Amino acid sequence: MTLQIIVFIVIALFIGVCSVLSVTTSRILRAATYLLFVLFGTAAIYFQLNYAFLGAVQLLIYAGGITVLYVFSILLTSAQGDKAEKLKNSKVAAGFLSTLAGLGICLFVILKNDFIEPSFQPGELDVKTIGYTLMGMEKYQYVLPFEVISILLLACIVGGVMIARKR
Amino acid sequence: MFDFSIITQWIHSLLCTYMPEQLAIFLECVLIGVIILLAYAIIAIIMIYMERKVCAAFQCRLGPTRVGPYGTIQVFADVLKMLIKEIIEIRHADKFLYNLAPYIVIISSILAFSCLPISKGLEVLDFNVGIFFLMAASSIGVVGILLAGWSSNNKYSLIGAMRSGAQMISYELSVGLSLLTMVVLTDTMQLSEIVEQQADGWFIFKGHIPALIAFVIYLIAGNAEVNRGPFDLPEAESELTAGYHTEYSGMHFGFFYVAEFVNLFIISGIAATIFFGGWMPLHIAGLDGFNAVMDYIPGFVWFFGKAFFVVFLLMWIKWTFPRLRIDQILTLEWKYLVPIGLFNLLLMVIIVVFNLHF
Repeated sequence: MTLQIIVFIVIALFIGVCSVLSVTTSRILRAATYLLFVLFGTAAIYFQLNYAFLGAVQLLIYAGGITVLYVFSILLTSAQGDKAEKLKNSKVAAGFLSTLAGLGICLFVILKNDFIEPSFQPGELDVKTIGYTLMGMEKYQYVLPFEVISILLLACIVGGVMIARKR
Repeated sequence: MFDFSIITQWIHSLLCTYMPEQLAIFLECVLIGVIILLAYAIIAIIMIYMERKVCAAFQCRLGPTRVGPYGTIQVFADVLKMLIKEIIEIRHADKFLYNLAPYIVIISSILAFSCLPISKGLEVLDFNVGIFFLMAASSIGVVGILLAGWSSNNKYSLIGAMRSGAQMISYELSVGLSLLTMVVLTDTMQLSEIVEQQADGWFIFKGHIPALIAFVIYLIAGNAEVNRGPFDLPEAESELTAGYHTEYSGMHFGFFYVAEFVNLFIISGIAATIFFGGWMPLHIAGLDGFNAVMDYIPGFVWFFGKAFFVVFLLMWIKWTFPRLRIDQILTLEWKYLVPIGLFNLLLMVIIVVFNLHF
């Protein structure tokens, strides 16, 4: 039992418990908070894998960006004390079944896949490597998806301005 | 410069002779955690005392003078008072979120605090994406403030939290842009590396015009980021009582209060690290004797000196300017600071590409 494995088990338990809680709670802001904890846990796993860049992105985009957006919209739309309606038994059963199916698929893929051992190198990834991979135009470099995403974001901004402008 | 990693390496090898390495690493993590919390509390106490004295000086008063010499024990007495006060539970409020919110705020602040390189070899979190991680860590605090405002079940708290959220999210953009401008010049995001690069001149001199513009934008945006005057309308006491922490009492209020002051120190510490060279002494190329004398002053003295100088600048701003309205704050950010920041980024890129910096 190494320290790495103990830390991983603690994080994994944290993620598991928080994800279950975020689905089962009946108050929407609590669900958002548990979701935030799940995202923290995921970031912690990235940091444990020594991939600080992805961990920081996870914190900045998901924890600091998207969750704030969720919380903001919940603050604007729901009042204190609002609770979700109780689910019907048939819906609970359907959700449970689909969860089991998802778990089955994930386990099947993970157990079937042969992981390439040497791809897990100790030490941090150089930021320059990440930058060239993101913005380069050669093989295994991804400038096109990057630019496509920025066009998507631009479209979102234009759409937001259209909706919010004064008529 | 004295390299503190000699001491930390020595502690590590000493612990390794008595116990397995994994246990030693675990113990070191616990030890460093305790030290960070202690340093956090001590800096908060120094900051609160400084705030009172600086505020008093600007208002032609004396500030605390009774408890201890020059009122130095006043803050410790206040901390004791805060610790023994009752933590009040509010009826009809979401107690879980209400109690959780101050901890989210303080955790984000501690995470950002542990990124600061205090002296050579005294970096706790030194990722190669240092600045990026720092921004990510400090962006979590907004969630805590929003949760605090909502779960207090009080309309003033909610309005305060909304204002604070809108303000912090907007000004994060300007902080990011001015830091990005400096990253263009430094070519790295690792904070220890950034400090090493300033051995032959601080970046505010090396980057001249764009660095100066970035520094001013950073000061304004950083001040707004920590919700301090003239941007302190989330807790504008004349209209919102105390904003998002109206309902908090005892140490839960203390966490918000302490986090606000240490966030101010963090903002100043980053400014000191990126623009004024962190623990790097003042070096002037060519004057070897002068540089050697400057090297005798230890690194942490330089770091804290510069950081508290920036803190003083920010307190000066706070106690000089009147509070802005919310629409003025958002106009300042979106119509002035962001365009200037973007233009400044372009200017810095031109200067770096054509090698016009020193």
